[in-house]
Amino acid sequence: MNDSFTRTQLTQGPIDTASLLDEVASSQAGAVVLFLGTVREMTSGRRTVALDYECYPEMARRKMDELATEAHARWPLSGCAIVHRLGHLELGEASVAVAVSSPHRGQAFEAARWLIDTLKQVVPIWKKENWDDGSTQWVHPASDGETTKPNPPPQSPANPSTL
Amino acid sequence: MATMSLEVRLFAVARELAGSDVVAITLPTGATVAALRRQLIEQVPGLAPMSPQLLFSVDEQYTSDTTELQPGADVACIPPVSGG
Repeated sequence: MNDSFTRTQLTQGPIDTASLLDEVASSQAGAVVLFLGTVREMTSGRRTVALDYECYPEMARRKMDELATEAHARWPLSGCAIVHRLGHLELGEASVAVAVSSPHRGQAFEAARWLIDTLKQVVPIWKKENWDDGSTQWVHPASDGETTKPNPPPQSPANPSTL
Repeated sequence: MATMSLEVRLFAVARELAGSDVVAITLPTGATVAALRRQLIEQVPGLAPMSPQLLFSVDEQYTSDTTELQPGADVACIPPVSGG
């Protein structure tokens, strides 16, 4: 795909999903997939009020560029855009967006899934939970919601995640 | 033996445990990432509990414990990532 589109970005501001969809749109594409990662309130029964994201900027940009390059090599993508937000995010806000376009939907779904899964494994970005009891925790990657610095359990009863 | 001075950048939980976003480390020239890890833990004992989980990057690429370090290397300590 010599004329395929690629963009990767780290941003402090809200992610403009409409622009992402415009960017990956192509007359070559029969499918566009947009994935958004959003700030979830309940994790393992604990209530989050906000997340703080930070990154190793130079390496995060480089790894995101590598992911986009590899996705183009593995699937016949017309467009690939990856944006990750940094800083303080409230519930429901999008922290990451992956938009891809391809001739057929299977390729777009596969590529988007691979991109977000791999991004979460290799791009040096970190999130910190701000729990509703005022405590904070850096999120451990091994399993979402587990952390490297366990704090005392909350007093509120555990509720099943609504998501 | 010739030595080299490296500035190791720290992020997220590693930065908070160390109380600093950079740690100066002196090692023999050509020392491995394993030696860097040992020296970092010695200088910043607060990182010891999570030492097995720490990765190190050199010039923005992940390394293994056998990677050899050269003077001027751009080194960072990468705790388990949690983007997305």
